[in-house]
This record gives sequence, structure tokens and C-alpha cells, in this order.
Amino acid sequence: MHEYSIVEMLLARVAAEAHARGATAVHRPTVRIGELSGVEIDLLAAAFATFRDRTICAHADLDVLPVAAAWACPQCGGLIERGAMLRCQRCGVPARLAQGDEILLDRIEMEVP
Amino acid sequence: MCGHCGCGDSEVVSVDVHEKILAGNDRAAAHNREHFRDRHVVAINLMGSPGAGKTAVLETTARMVAGRQQFGALAGDLATDNDADRLRAAGVIAKSITTGSACHLDAAMVHRGLHDLPWHGVDYLFIENVGNLVCPAVYDLGQAANVVALSVTEGVDKPLKYPVMFMKADLVLITKIDLLPYLPQIRIEVIADALAHVMPRPRHMCVSATTGEGMGHWLTWLEQLRAQPCCEVTHYT
Repeated sequence: MHEYSIVEMLLARVAAEAHARGATAVHRPTVRIGELSGVEIDLLAAAFATFRDRTICAHADLDVLPVAAAWACPQCGGLIERGAMLRCQRCGVPARLAQGDEILLDRIEMEVP
Repeated sequence: MCGHCGCGDSEVVSVDVHEKILAGNDRAAAHNREHFRDRHVVAINLMGSPGAGKTAVLETTARMVAGRQQFGALAGDLATDNDADRLRAAGVIAKSITTGSACHLDAAMVHRGLHDLPWHGVDYLFIENVGNLVCPAVYDLGQAANVVALSVTEGVDKPLKYPVMFMKADLVLITKIDLLPYLPQIRIEVIADALAHVMPRPRHMCVSATTGEGMGHWLTWLEQLRAQPCCEVTHYT
């Protein structure tokens, strides 16, 4: 249940950004969560709904953009088929994670005076 | 103020941030890493399920290197000091990090743990994470390498069920191999195949902390890790 600690960090970061811009409310933080990030989106949403009370995000909705995992060959750039061994069949080198480990705060929609 | 007519109404704006939510943890981990590097300490984040044999491997390893190398350990534990007690009895300078209900260690907990541990002069610092195959994988602690203990009693498909944990491992220790004669359904090559589907650089060693089998290879791996520049293992990214 590390999603709760991630939401605490998210709320603190959003609050700092909102404060710096003198925002009166946050409407929608948008996060990107990778398939191989180790973060469960449902748990993250539940944690956000629990912890947003009495913060500047009290009435905000969390927008989550899931990012599918993709492994690629660092030499030829070819994508590794899902479920296959993580090695390029052509070049014989270990694959590299091209995307899918993101735990990112992308943007914040906020109300400013 | 409204930017269109200056009427004084508030305005909704979208602010781009593009920042890692765990940036604070990453900064704390970088700070830990600097400490380890300055003091020539090889830090290893040892992870695995509850009961995978993390503490047993460390006990046996510490006894094997006694008099030649000094181990330090921070043992993440929900409620007890049992692991740290066992490690101290094996000659390790050890302290618990009692996490309460927290399911993982983060870099700040490790940093605070270091304040309570007389770790100067240790050759290796093992951070024995909370027994859990999910949450600990998410947090960088400042370690030089991630090692995951996977016991043969856990079945052959744990790597496929917990890919994030195994994808981040530099080495998987397949533990309790002395029990293999009692587990006819467990085949090491099936575990190795599962690892190759989730680890880009799959590396495993079979060990028994009870009989000592395979522990020599693990010691060699530790020595090689220490010999590498800055004690850094190439990670998957």
C-alpha cells in the first residue's frame, strides 16, 4: 500500500505549486503511471480520495494517464514482443525499458485570482 | 484576474510540471549514495518475500567473512527487532528500522537509520528491506545494487507475478536449495526462464544458508561488486 505514501508526496508537491502561484483551488492534477511502475492505479485513486480532504485538492479529481510498458533494443531500436524474453533476438543484447516505469506529476489545473 | 476583460474573476489555468512524484525520495537516495561512496561502503538493498531467507543468507555470509570483512545492516521490520538481533549474533553491526505499518523502506528512513548505526568502517551495508515483493521495488535507497532473495518454496512463477521487483534486481538469490529434494515440482530452469522474461540482464545464484552450498559464488559476486568503479551496477535503464 505504498500508494498512500505516493499520494502524500503528490499532495505536498501540488500544494507547493498551487501556493507558489497563489491558487485558490486545484481542480485536477494529472499524473502518468507506468504499467511497470509498481503503482496500482485503483489504489492510487482510492488513496487520493481519502487524503485530499482538508487540502487544496479537497474538491479536485485525479486524472490518471496509464502508460503501457514497452521494451526495446538499445541498438536497433526494435520493440520486444510483449511476454517475450527481454533480449533482442537480432542483436543479442539486453532490452531497455522504453516506457512504462513512470510515476510522474504531469500538470495541474488550478484556479488563480 | 481574468485575462480577457480584467473583470476580477478567477481563472482556471493548466500548469505543466513534468516531475517525478518520488523526486524527494530520489534526492534523499542520492544523498545516501554520496555518503556510501565517500566512505567506500558498498550498500545493497536486499529484498524478498517474508520468509524468503534474507536474514539467514546474511547470517551465514557474515560468519563466512568474519575477521576479513565487517558487515553492517539496517533491518526493516514492521514490529520486532528479531532480524537485527540475529544479525548482531552473527557479528553484523545491525539496527532495526521499525516501520510500523509501512510496507517498505524509503531513502529518508535509511538516512535516519544510519544516524543510529555506527557504520563507519563497515565494508558492506546491507539494507534488509521489509518482506514484500511489491512496495520496496518502487523506492531508491541509494544502494549500489538490488538483490532479491527468492526461496524455492515460493514456487516457480513469482518473477512473472511480481515483474517490477525482479526487473530491478541486479542479482536473484534462489535460496533454500537444500529443500529441493522435497519439492519435486520445483525446477530451477523454470525459475530461470521466468527471470529471463522480466529481467533484461537475468542473473541468479542458487544458495543454501543452511548447508553453505553456492555461498562461495555469492561471496565472489560481492567482491566483484566492490571492485567495480564507484560500486555501481548497470541498471536496466
